[in-house]
Amino acid sequence: MKESGKRFGWNQRQRARLLLVFSVLFLVTVAAAGYFCRDASMVTDFSRKNLAPCFAYPFGTDWMGRNMFYRTLTGLSMSILIGVSAAAVSAVMALILGIAAAALGKRADSVISFLIDMVMGIPHILLLILISYACGKGLKGVIVGVALTHWTSLARLIRGEVLQLKESEYIQIAERLGHSKLQVAAKHMLPHLFPQFVVGLVLMFPHAILHESSVTFLGMGLSSEQPAIGVILSESMRYLIMGEWWLALLPGIMLVLTVVLFDLGGTSLRRLLDPNSVHE
Amino acid sequence: MLLEGKNLTFAYDRKKGNILTNVSLRIDSREPAAIVGPSGFGKTTLCKILSGYLRPQAGEVLLDGKPLPKKGCCPVQMVWQNPERAVNPRLRMRATLADGQQIEDRIIRELGIEEDWMNRYPQELSGGELQRFCIARALGRDTKFLIADEISTMLDMITQSQIWNFLLKETKERGIGLIVISHSEALLSRVAGRRLTF
Ligand SMILES: Nc1ncnc2c1ncn2[C@@H]1O[C@H](COP(=O)(O)OP(=O)(O)OP(=O)(O)O)[C@@H](O)[C@H]1O
Ligand SMILES: [Mg+2]
Repeated sequence: MKESGKRFGWNQRQRARLLLVFSVLFLVTVAAAGYFCRDASMVTDFSRKNLAPCFAYPFGTDWMGRNMFYRTLTGLSMSILIGVSAAAVSAVMALILGIAAAALGKRADSVISFLIDMVMGIPHILLLILISYACGKGLKGVIVGVALTHWTSLARLIRGEVLQLKESEYIQIAERLGHSKLQVAAKHMLPHLFPQFVVGLVLMFPHAILHESSVTFLGMGLSSEQPAIGVILSESMRYLIMGEWWLALLPGIMLVLTVVLFDLGGTSLRRLLDPNSVHE
Repeated sequence: MLLEGKNLTFAYDRKKGNILTNVSLRIDSREPAAIVGPSGFGKTTLCKILSGYLRPQAGEVLLDGKPLPKKGCCPVQMVWQNPERAVNPRLRMRATLADGQQIEDRIIRELGIEEDWMNRYPQELSGGELQRFCIARALGRDTKFLIADEISTMLDMITQSQIWNFLLKETKERGIGLIVISHSEALLSRVAGRRLTF
């Protein structure tokens, strides 16, 4: 029994590690490739317009003869960068507010909890459009918007965890043995919070990316000269009825693939950081 | 030294009534004492008050006539019933033991803690092995009273006797007061001179 359980755990861990490495590689490659073919993606050439996918142009070309493969990569890499920065800001906010809610006493807790409930109560996309609009659209608006809307669930998770940890016997014992609150938090709480924080951060990327492309698609996000995924998708809508399916389908698939890989990477990371599977 | 509880009254939830009402007790460190009473009568609660984990709604705890210090290492230390819950699952045992106040190597050796256990996580040790760490951790330099709340319920007879032999010897040598909570008649008649009954 024990023997087979052990082997099973090991295989699962290996698979999780493999998935994680694969997703990271894919995402880094896309981000880097998109950065380097940014100029190439802007080139218009009317001698090659409206080409269906072929060997030279795997994603075809659009009505201005732009290489859709390059455009998609550049758009995705922008999305990934926006997603990473927005998710990072958001996760740090969640960490600070979550710990503050749990550690600063009842009054701070009720204020922050109220804030969490309020932000959670409004649909993300609505709040995002409002914030993005208020910040004057563009890159800054999108990043601020995504950061301000996505911190809530992680903050709630961390607050709950800290409250529970404060009640745990080993933390009370450490305090009775003469260690200060700060020492106890660093030694006993951080090892519990860190994995939650990292996994929460990674799982926030897909949301951030999808929301970025949605606001951009709706015309409230990045401006239309940018080769963003949302811009590509909304422009291609006009050409879809004329039979140019590749303009929307292939970039769309790439977007979904990126989101799914982020999600897989985050889930694998969670499995790897889980102590119950570490010490099986 | 003298550990006193004066008119201790405590309730977890006022609506549900008091767990302890006007409890007073005096325990001298020269004579090991036992607290006995049926399950659920508030023995553990009383221990937590005596060792400063809980504040009573009325009454006070005095050590040699002075209230327990609010800061620093508490001179009244308690070893809990459940070793699994008393150690951090994410830390190696060496780090957990380091929470204690300058634990002497002698104590670690006499409790039978092996060097190899130090680098393990709690999930990789048995309840009895964990409980030895918890006992060692509570026996820091400034400990004056040790409260043992059903610490050996889940151990076999040989381990129990090893641990109690050690505790009796150690507390006697260092003049540490010992308070024992147990349902085992055999154990109580062996270790405790005085009984406080609920
Ligand atoms: N944290 C808590 N919150 C609310 N009620 C509690 C809490 N801890 C204990 N109680 C209640 O207080 C009463 C006394 O509990 P306590 O643990 O002190 O009993 P005990 O005498 O140690 O029992 P046992 O011999 O089974 O260990 C019980 O009725 C229990 O339900
Ligand atoms: Mg009890």
